[in-house]
Amino acid sequence: MDAALFYALAALVVAGAIGVVTGRHIVRMAIQLLAALLGVAGLYVLLAAEFIAAAQLVIYVGGTLVLIIFGVMLTARSGTTVLRPSRAEAIVAAVAGVALLTVLCIAVGSTTFPHVIEPRPADAVAPLGGALLNQYLFPFELASLLLLAVMLGAAYLARPLDRRRR
Amino acid sequence: MPTPPVHPDLLPRLLLGEPPGGALGPALDALWGLAIVLFVFLPAISAIGFLAIWAERKVAGRLQHRHGPNRVGPLGLLQSLADGIKLASKEDLTPARADVWLFRLAPYLAFPPVFAAFIAIPFGPDWAFEPSLSAGLFWMLAILGVEVIGVILAGWASNNKWSMYGAMREACQLISYEIPLGVSILVVVVSAGTLDLRLLAWQQASSIAKWNLFHDPFSLAAFFVFFTASLASNKRAPFDLPESDSELVAGYHTEYSGLRFSLFYLAEYAAMFVMGAVMTALYLGGWADPFGLLARRYELAAAVPASWELVALNVIATAIFSIKTSAIVFVQMWVRWTLPRPRIDQVLHACLKVMMPAALSLLLASSLWVLLVGRESLVQRVTETVLAAGGVAFLLAIFAYCGLAFVQGRSNQYRLGTHPWPSDLPGGGL
Repeated sequence: MDAALFYALAALVVAGAIGVVTGRHIVRMAIQLLAALLGVAGLYVLLAAEFIAAAQLVIYVGGTLVLIIFGVMLTARSGTTVLRPSRAEAIVAAVAGVALLTVLCIAVGSTTFPHVIEPRPADAVAPLGGALLNQYLFPFELASLLLLAVMLGAAYLARPLDRRRR
Repeated sequence: MPTPPVHPDLLPRLLLGEPPGGALGPALDALWGLAIVLFVFLPAISAIGFLAIWAERKVAGRLQHRHGPNRVGPLGLLQSLADGIKLASKEDLTPARADVWLFRLAPYLAFPPVFAAFIAIPFGPDWAFEPSLSAGLFWMLAILGVEVIGVILAGWASNNKWSMYGAMREACQLISYEIPLGVSILVVVVSAGTLDLRLLAWQQASSIAKWNLFHDPFSLAAFFVFFTASLASNKRAPFDLPESDSELVAGYHTEYSGLRFSLFYLAEYAAMFVMGAVMTALYLGGWADPFGLLARRYELAAAVPASWELVALNVIATAIFSIKTSAIVFVQMWVRWTLPRPRIDQVLHACLKVMMPAALSLLLASSLWVLLVGRESLVQRVTETVLAAGGVAFLLAIFAYCGLAFVQGRSNQYRLGTHPWPSDLPGGGL
């Protein structure tokens, strides 16, 4: 049962990802990205990590994806925005993709996955929160600093233009 | 109150006996799960949608001094069914030059998230469609946020200015109101210390004074922030700008007809129920009755792993939970037919400059409360008792006032002969 669900979700993720890479129509690509993200959330649920799954949905689907579509709606002149990457862009993207794939393959190959079936923790959220605020406090705060910088940048860009300079 | 263990397979154990060993057990489990989905889950959600749509029209009618639907079935209860048959027989139109693929897909993206949110609702001590979610509260809010994608796509793919405006409004409204919504939940989570809906229910089970609504003044205020933000994230009036009928025809679903339109409609009403369920579980004690009788009875009965008494207690708990949730859904409708609609800039102003600071200061205050006032301290006990007593007195006063006004108004009308008894009106006046 679990294996069948895993393969179905994995197929969804892969199909969505291929659709995003090969697509030309940016809103449809966003929907294919949605398929991939939902599939990954499903994989987390399958691993009994509902918190991570919900966080995945909140951040990537509710936040990032909505922002992408929103941005397209605000900026697109005509109803259909078609992406046509130039040859140079395609080559750079291919090199970056192959490099990333190599890194991931090496990382997966050199990891030994333990064959231990641990009992499902009664409360999976509290240890996660504790770890974020104790063991990993520095990266956590660093990430929030980054977000603060981004917010300041956005506020700076969106400020009312200075009339005297015009 | 300590949390008794959950009895996950209450009914199958009683009906089918102990699960057989070997490969048959998981197969039977899967079969049982399938049966629950087909014969309980899907009909329940559809029935909730149908009843809510009927109730909305009835409430609207009564608030506007009309009767509302009263032709199809007793009290007009089958009106939604008649509407459904009409919608199913309508032509499924796609506008010219619309993005056909996305246009057809959008309703199917708007509805399933609401379905998925239902699995975490804690109807009773043992009964939820998935009782073991340790972050059930977060899960429900996260999955409801996916609905917005369907709405935005519907507006974008329709190739219609009004739809597009509706979709844009939905996007900015939902993104902004998610923040006060989440923060007002945090206000309670800080004092409860869990995201597990089952645990939240047990923490509030012993009496009405333990309900999170009355935990401290800040959680009482957070309830109202949450209620307002939930109206906005469900696109309910006065925040129904994505579909505001007087400006945008019907907003994002202008171009939809037939069954695809009914999917948007059902999603809205099911989402209202889900938001009501979140409020019930989080603030209003979940399935607990005001006196804690149910919880005490359940603890005694829970010594036996499976008994019909447990089933009966779960049924009662589900009824209490549904009554509380329906009361909130009723208030959502009441607000819709009472308040005028603000402009979109006013909506966003209210969120970003009023509700967000309010929610954040409530979070700060509630954190301080948790740190300074002990869980079992005198201050805590006095506060929750006073707040609960005040809340109950307030509700009773409202009921008494409405009852008096009703009796007096009816007797005046009858005496003057200006209004016939409701039973003389067509359809029994109901």
